[in-house]
Amino acid sequence: LSLTETRSSRSLQVKFVPDEDVLKHITDDTGTKVRKDKAQLSVSVKRFVKKLENISDNEAQEILEEKNYVAVLGICAQGIMRNGSNIGGGEVYSFQTPKRSNKMSELASELACTPERNVTPDPSKCPEKMAKTPQSNKHSSSNKVQQRNEKKEFVSTTPYRLRKRLGAPDPYLESESEYSASCSEEEDEEEQKEVNTVLSDQKTPAKTKAASTPPPRNSLAKKKKDNLVEEYFEAHSSSKVLTSDRTLQKLRKRRLNQQTLRDLLKNAPVPYAAEIRDLNQQHESLFSKWMLQLHLGFNIVLYGLGSKRDLLEKFRTSLLRDSVHLVVNGYFPSITVRSILNSITEEVLDHIGTFHNPLDQFEFITKRFKEDSSLELYVLIHNLDSQMLRGERSQQILAQLSSLPSIYLIASIDHINAPLMWDQAKLSLYNWLWYETTTFNPYVEETSYENSLLVQQSGSLALSSLMHVLHSLTLNARGIFRLLAQHQLEKKDNPSYPGLSFQDFYQQCREAFLVNSDLTLRAQLTEFKDHKLIRTKRGADGVEYLLIPVDDSTLTDFLEKEDEDV
Amino acid sequence: VGFFFSLKACGALKHQKKKTIFLRVKDYAGKDRKRKMPWCFHICIDECSLCLQKIQEDLNKQLLENLVGFLSRSHSDFQEKTTEWTCRMKFREIPTAALVLGVNVTDHDLTFRGLSGILQDNITPYVALLEAKDCPGIKNLMQKLMGQLMKCDIDVDSLEDEDCVQVSQNRIRCSMSSLISWYESVKKKTDSETPSKKRNSSSRHWQSPPVVVIFKDMESFTTKVLQDFIVISSQHIHELPLVLIFGIATSPMIIHRLLPHSVSSLLCIELFQSLSCKEHLSTIIDKLLLTSQFPFKVGEKVLQVLINIFLYHDFSVQNFIKGFQLCIVEHFYSQPLSVLCCQLVDTKKRACSLSHDQCENIRKLQVLSWLKRLKEETVKLLEDLHVYHENYVLILRCLHVFTSSLPKYPLGKQIRELHCACLENRVWETEEYESSLQLARMLNKTDLVTMLQQCVEILMSSSGKEFDKTSEKLKEFLTQFQNLEGGCVPSFLCTTFFLKTLLELKESRRSKKLTKFEMLRFEVVDYIDSLVRKYLIPADDRTLHEVVYFNTASVLREHLNAAPRTALHTALNNPHWYLKNQALKCDGGGISNKAPDICIAYKLHLECGRLINLVDWLEAFSTVVMAAEEPNADAASSDQVDDTIHARFIRAISELELLGFIKPSKQKTDHVARLTWGGC
Repeated sequence: LSLTETRSSRSLQVKFVPDEDVLKHITDDTGTKVRKDKAQLSVSVKRFVKKLENISDNEAQEILEEKNYVAVLGICAQGIMRNGSNIGGGEVYSFQTPKRSNKMSELASELACTPERNVTPDPSKCPEKMAKTPQSNKHSSSNKVQQRNEKKEFVSTTPYRLRKRLGAPDPYLESESEYSASCSEEEDEEEQKEVNTVLSDQKTPAKTKAASTPPPRNSLAKKKKDNLVEEYFEAHSSSKVLTSDRTLQKLRKRRLNQQTLRDLLKNAPVPYAAEIRDLNQQHESLFSKWMLQLHLGFNIVLYGLGSKRDLLEKFRTSLLRDSVHLVVNGYFPSITVRSILNSITEEVLDHIGTFHNPLDQFEFITKRFKEDSSLELYVLIHNLDSQMLRGERSQQILAQLSSLPSIYLIASIDHINAPLMWDQAKLSLYNWLWYETTTFNPYVEETSYENSLLVQQSGSLALSSLMHVLHSLTLNARGIFRLLAQHQLEKKDNPSYPGLSFQDFYQQCREAFLVNSDLTLRAQLTEFKDHKLIRTKRGADGVEYLLIPVDDSTLTDFLEKEDEDV
Repeated sequence: VGFFFSLKACGALKHQKKKTIFLRVKDYAGKDRKRKMPWCFHICIDECSLCLQKIQEDLNKQLLENLVGFLSRSHSDFQEKTTEWTCRMKFREIPTAALVLGVNVTDHDLTFRGLSGILQDNITPYVALLEAKDCPGIKNLMQKLMGQLMKCDIDVDSLEDEDCVQVSQNRIRCSMSSLISWYESVKKKTDSETPSKKRNSSSRHWQSPPVVVIFKDMESFTTKVLQDFIVISSQHIHELPLVLIFGIATSPMIIHRLLPHSVSSLLCIELFQSLSCKEHLSTIIDKLLLTSQFPFKVGEKVLQVLINIFLYHDFSVQNFIKGFQLCIVEHFYSQPLSVLCCQLVDTKKRACSLSHDQCENIRKLQVLSWLKRLKEETVKLLEDLHVYHENYVLILRCLHVFTSSLPKYPLGKQIRELHCACLENRVWETEEYESSLQLARMLNKTDLVTMLQQCVEILMSSSGKEFDKTSEKLKEFLTQFQNLEGGCVPSFLCTTFFLKTLLELKESRRSKKLTKFEMLRFEVVDYIDSLVRKYLIPADDRTLHEVVYFNTASVLREHLNAAPRTALHTALNNPHWYLKNQALKCDGGGISNKAPDICIAYKLHLECGRLINLVDWLEAFSTVVMAAEEPNADAASSDQVDDTIHARFIRAISELELLGFIKPSKQKTDHVARLTWGGC
């Protein structure tokens, strides 16, 4: 399978075609026009149609044209754009710029104490806020001054005020909260200091501005542009990222599992429920229009912030009740194009039997739909851009499926880069009509399957798979794994624990009469590795370190369960 | 664990298949009680697609005819075994057609479909369409080729053979020799068929029909596959009458770039050029927009958006048509007066059946109107509008005759540019128009005469009587020019002149006394100018233009050329745009601390570098959220981050992960990597 895949990727090679050829092809009759545009006489710049031709013109003109292009394509004079696309591309896409480490907390405190400007002032709250705002500003500016002189101060994680807010100062936390680079190698202290100074020196003026009343955007933007190149290289000059070393464990916070998370969120109040309902009602009024457009051969794609699941469900229940339809939960971690095709052939077309490959299956579907013109199928796909469906092949097949005249596709996308999945050919197959449906609904279902849920990591899946694999192994092998797990738990307080070195491990295993030679141990470790139970890492000194890539709580649970079993 | 499997990944819902009512488009519209699409909508859509189909056919006709000619030529050589053919056999050359189709690759499908249809109808049942993505190796190519050829076989033969072919298709070893033996067998079969059947088939196809292999996207094929296929098949060209067709998107040079000389010398290439996409577009605009045949029209902004999408995004005529169709849908869906948008003959009937509400709508548009005579008024106004449009198109074409031959084309070379300019505002008030007139006043006699003749032809082509007088007048000018033998001024306008020098020349000549020719020229230009002022009034100025003109370009852009990233950006940075709550309102690009969780988390993460510490993020988040909720309770309850806030934070960041702003990172414990830049 992998072989065919590599082959197919090779066939997608882009062939070099010289610019002249393409140019000649695109603009065969433009010779005179190029001259005209250069002359720029009474010809108005508004003629975008002619703009295509000046490829060799100078930059200034290009910028001018870009503006015009945006003006015409972008903000059309009449009709207010609903999604506010009057934001130019430059604002949404730009380069990485260097960030100071504690800026986030600063913004947080700023946000926390900013009085709401538009709400009628509440006399009871006002004085306090008034008192607070200047204080915080003063504090942060004094902080800055200190930063310049003392590096220690710069390195502190959170501004004083914020830390106070979060609770009594924790000496342990304090001492640990030093910034360090993400790279694991040894670093030259001197060098790092230098970087720090550079950062603090360069950033200070800009920051003072930000801390005081925000200046008009224009001037800031202008300033930004001047420094853009410098900032770009500054941000990319070093591979080190300075962030604090604090970990969630030190927060002494119990991790939430899936169920408690759900319960907590269920009980949490939903802010702006009325507004969100209004918003959704606006979208719902489009249902009959969607239906009409689906029947006219368009397919519909929904984008915008917020889960569109409920919206599509509502569409389904209100309009598709009497028609054959297929709902695809794209966010489901094990969904494949195959399963989608299977449910079409098996459940919609009542076909029993299997197919060699998706292409055959697709051809069968095409044939059946062509034969029977009364056959119609609505396909609803939640998250067409999910991990499992975003592959080139999957998209190709789905696009072809959607191009069948009696299959009506309505899908939702969420990822910011989702449109990159489609090239010109796929887009023309899909024949999309884009609908912005910002719902602000929480992505409850969509995120519930994310294994990497960054914080809580319920571990139930990891634990069960761990147990499952271990049970199929010999007693000795389980003993070996236990040994490693125990050792790892003993060292759990050491954040820079590299893992158990192979030699030490071998010694311990021998002492426990678990192995008789290092070859047996190696064979056993290979098996663990195949099941992804352990990970090996080679240290700076060339020693091999072994690590179980599971978090500590899961490991503790595992050992407890093992003890029960034994 | 059960939770993960309780939900079905995808489920088809079916309600007793037999009972399900399948609705066709028209039925559907009738059934939809909420919003009935007017009947004229379907007429309009149908007319539009019919017309487009006809245009497409006409455009491809020439190309396809040429190709068929080429095939029959190469084939008749094969049949008659002419000397040329023997010569070619000696060199083992494969007849090849290189079809240059242009960069709008997505439109090629239509051409190929038409081509293979015509070939199968008239020449040979054996047509195979190959795409590069199906043929990563020579083996796959042969497999695909044979599969398709054998399927053609089924179509020709009776269906009894289907089973055996189906079986053999999978088993057969795909090699050139098996292909040849297959060809021999089908040839024999057609030869030995019953006379009646034979006559039938021979009327459609030739004896021993050629095998046509079409490479849809030649550029995407790997060199090796192409080379191997050509070399192998050239070995067998005397047994298997193979003809290749290359679909080329760039330039014919690509053949020589892809294939070494030793291989390309095995091909006997003939070049065919299809209409370029720009010409294609011009034809469509000409036939679809600049006629009075369709009641539906698009406004200036809309047309500009459509053309811009074409020029800047895809060069795809198909997409242009899609956009146009969307315009029709949107117009009939959103404009209540669109019920009146129909052919002129139906207007009266339609107007009589107007409901009270619709009458009210019309009354709002017209300032003075009496309800009694409203319907008659409306009919009259619509008739006026129709006449206006007919005249507009004629005069636009006349004006285009002039402007398209001026140096530097101040009003654009294409008629669509002129059309846009005229729709936008009063064209005679623009600077470009002024300079065009000045240039027109310097045209030489021969040019002027040919232009006038063209204008007369255009005006004569109209059926109405409106322009009888005008064409008379123009003819009069023509005769006057012919009588001007003596005082003819040598022509001094040639296209290479620079405008500036020309204008200077004009200045210098002003002092001199005008010749007879010059006087006449002034007269002609002034006359054209008067026509323009009379007829090329922008449509917006006409009453009831809303009935037929679609003007909401923003809708079009929103649905065709959407910006999902911008929408996300707006929602995250400025939630007030969507949620109209006072608490969210914030001036100066900031964000309120009462914003939805995901907005706050997003805003905070913008302040970070490549890696984000989750603990810091959580703390910052809870600071903001707690401040928003209870600004007074400061230190008391906040010893630990509240569980609910913790949960809300988790939700916010998993949503940000789903949206693609962050991803988990292994570089450092409890860190996530940031994936986007900017927006702050």
